[in-house]
Amino acid sequence: MSDSYLALHLLLTGDPVLWDIVRLSILVSLSATLLALLFGLPLGALIALSRFPAREPVIIVLNALMGLPPVVVGLCVYLALSRSGPLGSWGLLFTPPAMVIAQTVLVTPIIAALTRQTIEDLWTEYREEFAAMSVGVCRRVVALIWDARFSLVTAMLAGFGRAAAEVGAIIIVGGNIQGFTRTMTTSIALETSKGNLPLAMGLGLVLVSIVVLINAFAWGMRRAGERFAG
Amino acid sequence: MSFPAAASQLPVVFEDVQVRAGAVVILDRISLRITAGPPTVLIGPNGSGKSTVLRTAMGLVSPSRGHIRWVGAGATDAIRRALVFQRPVMLRRSTAGNLHFALATAGIRRQHRRSRAIELLRLVGLEAVADRPARRLSGGEQQRLALARALARDPEVLFLDEPTASLDPEGTKAIEEIVRALALRGIKIIMATHDLSEARRLAGEIVLLHRGLVVEMGRADTFFAGPSTPDARRFLAGDLLV
Repeated sequence: MSDSYLALHLLLTGDPVLWDIVRLSILVSLSATLLALLFGLPLGALIALSRFPAREPVIIVLNALMGLPPVVVGLCVYLALSRSGPLGSWGLLFTPPAMVIAQTVLVTPIIAALTRQTIEDLWTEYREEFAAMSVGVCRRVVALIWDARFSLVTAMLAGFGRAAAEVGAIIIVGGNIQGFTRTMTTSIALETSKGNLPLAMGLGLVLVSIVVLINAFAWGMRRAGERFAG
Repeated sequence: MSFPAAASQLPVVFEDVQVRAGAVVILDRISLRITAGPPTVLIGPNGSGKSTVLRTAMGLVSPSRGHIRWVGAGATDAIRRALVFQRPVMLRRSTAGNLHFALATAGIRRQHRRSRAIELLRLVGLEAVADRPARRLSGGEQQRLALARALARDPEVLFLDEPTASLDPEGTKAIEEIVRALALRGIKIIMATHDLSEARRLAGEIVLLHRGLVVEMGRADTFFAGPSTPDARRFLAGDLLV
């Protein structure tokens, strides 16, 4: 049997090893995305709506952080969580929470930078109208986030896509331990090096499907935005 | 037309107002007294400072020199002034959603917003498109929605910045009818336009501006019958003021 056929067989027969890996991967990436949203959304909105002396350098750094190398993030989180590190007492190294932390660090700048850009563009449009309507600060922030909701969901999906596809950070802080911290990307790397191509291809198919689904959802959100918000 | 009693915030008095943007003087030595009554229409060529007068009176632009004083009894009630821009920005919501936001901002209680929104949509003739995204409305409809949003503040003074500038005759007629109806309700309309025909149709009082200066101000019928300054005569004759 060819590797491709075996890969499909593993997927369709619900191979427990394969689907456990998929489940953990989605759980880790989703948790990291939600955490990144919690930090990134207010941070992006704050930078978009406030004026302070070092604002432009902050924006440049934030945009640069979108391209953070995952292995460097993995190394930094590893150093922080290792026994001798400042967070060593938490005992999280080589556990799924460590992987969530690493991915959160990777995804937060993406969500914060895209939120900043989206809110700032909208604020440029709304500023004078809001001034004439005497819109207060709190109502202003809520209105901007609400009116930008479709674009912000797209930013969140971009963050999830980045988390789901990354391998460098989680392999360092997770250790790729079978049945515990092994995810789709780390498994693909390992199984390919071992020559176990059917499992690697099966996982690859799932990963590609997730990426396609995310993009389809992002496209749907954009269409919904055009339809319902104009 | 007859007009009801004076709005309590008026008159608004410009005292030697100057507005600068860097080295450029946009308004200079503006001294005006705008009282309650029929619409006051600011006319003048492009760049004469009409919009800046409205924005300064609304408090969106600060004078570099001079003062603007609202000297009526209700002068502190700034919420009851509203401005409609030449190109109003529609929020990314439905027509009704835009109005609900304006009503909430104006401090209208949640339970009263729905009925008030319906009332305002009816007033501007937009009930049929209440659920349509505001950004999909035509230019004339957007302008009417902007008027309804402004009316959510229940204004005593309504500033209109070239509200028909980019509209077809039908859209212009609809806006002018609303403006007349509002004036008859006792709302003081202070409006900028470069359309002399529109000024003739709506104005009770005219202020002619040129290069940031007031050239002439007075009753509309007197102004159009015989302007007293050479610049005003040239403007009415259709000559370019440069």
